[in-house]
Amino acid sequence: MTLSDANIRRPAPTPCPWLRLSGTAKVAWTQRFIVTAFLVIWEIWARVGGDAELIAPPSAIVRALFANILSDPDIRAAIALTLFEIVVAYVLAVLGGLALGIAIGSSTISRRALYPIVLLLYAIPQVVLLPLFTLGFGIGPAAKIAFGFSHGIFPVLVNVVAGMQNINPLYLKAARAMGAGRADILRDVVFRHMVGSFFTGLRLAMTMTLLGVILAELYVSTAGVGYFTKLFAETFDPAPLFALIGTLAAMAIVLNVIVRTAERRLTRWKG
Amino acid sequence: MRGGSALPARLIQLGFVAAFLALWFVIGRTGAISPLFLPPVEAVWSALTALVQTPQFWAAVQVTLTTIVEAYLIALALGITAGYAITRSRFATKVLEPIVSSIFAIPITLFLPLFILLFGIGTASKVAYGAAYGFFPIALNTIAGLAGVENHYLNAAKSMGFSHFGTFRHVLFQAAFPVILTGLRIGFFVCFASVLGGETISSVSGVGRNIALSAELMEPARMFAWIAVVIVAAILLNGIVSLFENRMRKGPA
Repeated sequence: MTLSDANIRRPAPTPCPWLRLSGTAKVAWTQRFIVTAFLVIWEIWARVGGDAELIAPPSAIVRALFANILSDPDIRAAIALTLFEIVVAYVLAVLGGLALGIAIGSSTISRRALYPIVLLLYAIPQVVLLPLFTLGFGIGPAAKIAFGFSHGIFPVLVNVVAGMQNINPLYLKAARAMGAGRADILRDVVFRHMVGSFFTGLRLAMTMTLLGVILAELYVSTAGVGYFTKLFAETFDPAPLFALIGTLAAMAIVLNVIVRTAERRLTRWKG
Repeated sequence: MRGGSALPARLIQLGFVAAFLALWFVIGRTGAISPLFLPPVEAVWSALTALVQTPQFWAAVQVTLTTIVEAYLIALALGITAGYAITRSRFATKVLEPIVSSIFAIPITLFLPLFILLFGIGTASKVAYGAAYGFFPIALNTIAGLAGVENHYLNAAKSMGFSHFGTFRHVLFQAAFPVILTGLRIGFFVCFASVLGGETISSVSGVGRNIALSAELMEPARMFAWIAVVIVAAILLNGIVSLFENRMRKGPA
C-alpha cells in the first residue's frame, strides 16, 4: 500500500481540532483552560493591583514553597506533626466509632434509646468545645488528636448504626429459619450488611478529622502548622502563608483520595 | 420509630440526661475531676443566670446572630445563583461541577488565616468565612437538583406552551426543590458552625470569642455557661429548621 492510498481512505479532516475532540476531552480541556486562566489572572492582578502585604502572585507562592516551607526543617517537622495527628486521630475515631456503633446498633432498645442522643450530639457545633479540649489536653498534639477524634468518631458511629438498622427483614427471617442464633445473625447478616455504610462513614470521618485537627491547630499551637500560619499572617507575609496552606490543602486532598480509593476498592464486590 | 411505643426509648433518653446531670453533680461534690476542667453543675447554673442578665451577653449574641444571618444570606444568594447559572448548559455543568466539588474537598478551615488577613479580625472575616463554607453545599445541591430534572418534563412544559419563567416556576423549581432544600439545611448548619469556629479561633467579639476568652481567663463556669447556650441554641435551631423544612416540603410540591 502506498502513502497516497492511505491518504485517500482517511476521512476528510475536520478543519478545527477542537471539533475533533470527544465530549469528555472537551470537558477536560475546558477545565484545564479555566484553571490556567484563573492562575494567570491571579498572577497579573497580584502583581499590578494587589496589596503586597495581603496577596501574593502564584509565582511567588511557588518560590516561597521551596525557599521558605520545604527547606525549613521546623516547618517540615510541623507538617509531619500535623499529618501524624490526623492519622492517629483518624485511626482512633474509626476504631472507637466501630466499637460504639456495634454496641449501640446490636440491640433495638439501645438503638432506640441512644441513637437519638448520638444524633443530637452530632448536631452540636463541636468547635465551641475547643477551649475545653485545650484546658483538658494542653496545647500540645494531644489536644489536636483528641479534637480530631471527637470530630471523626461521629460519622463512623452514625453510619455503623444506620447500616445495622436498615436490613431487609427477609434476610433475618431466612437466617432465623435456617437456625441461626443471635450471634450468627450479627456476624453473618448484620455486619456484612453494614460494610457499605461503614465505608461511607470512613470517608466522612476523614473530612471531619481533618477539620477537627486543623481547627485545633489554628486555635492554639506552639510547634505545629497553626503556629506558622499565625506567624506569617501576623507579619503580613502572604507568599509563605499561601504556600503553607497550599501544602496542607494538597495533604488533605491526598488523604481524601486515599480513603475514597480504599472505599471504591473494598466495596467493589457489592457490584 | 416504626412499630411499638416510643415511650420506653424516651424514658431511657430522659434517664440518660438525668444520669448525666447527676454524675456531673456528684463529680462536682467529690472533686474527682479538677473544677478547672469540669466545674460543678451548680456553679455553671449560677454563672449562666448571671450571664444572661448582663448586656454584654446580649451584645455578643447579637453579633454572632447577625454574622450568621449575613453569611447565610450571601451563601444562599451566591450558591443558588451559581447553581442556576451553571446548570443552564449541560456542558458548563460537566465542566464546572467537578471543579466546585473538588474545591469543597479541601477543608476551607485552612483558609481561615487568609480570611483574617484579607478581611481583618472583625466580623467581616467571619461573614466571608461562613459564607464560603455555606456556599458549597448550597451550590452543589442546586446543581444536582436542577441538572437532575428530566428532560421530558421540560419538553412537555415547552410543548404545553409554558413561558421561560413559567417553566422555571412550575417545572424546574418544583422538581429540583427537595434536593435544593437539603443543601439549604446543610448550608445553614455549616454556616452556623463555621461562624462560631471563626469567632472562637480569632475574633474580637461574638459568642465564640467569649467562650475562648473565658477559657483564657480561667473561668470554666462561665465558659460552660456559654457552651450550654450554644448547645441549647443548636438544638432549638435544629428543631426550627426541621419544622420549616417539613412545612416547605409539604407546601409547594
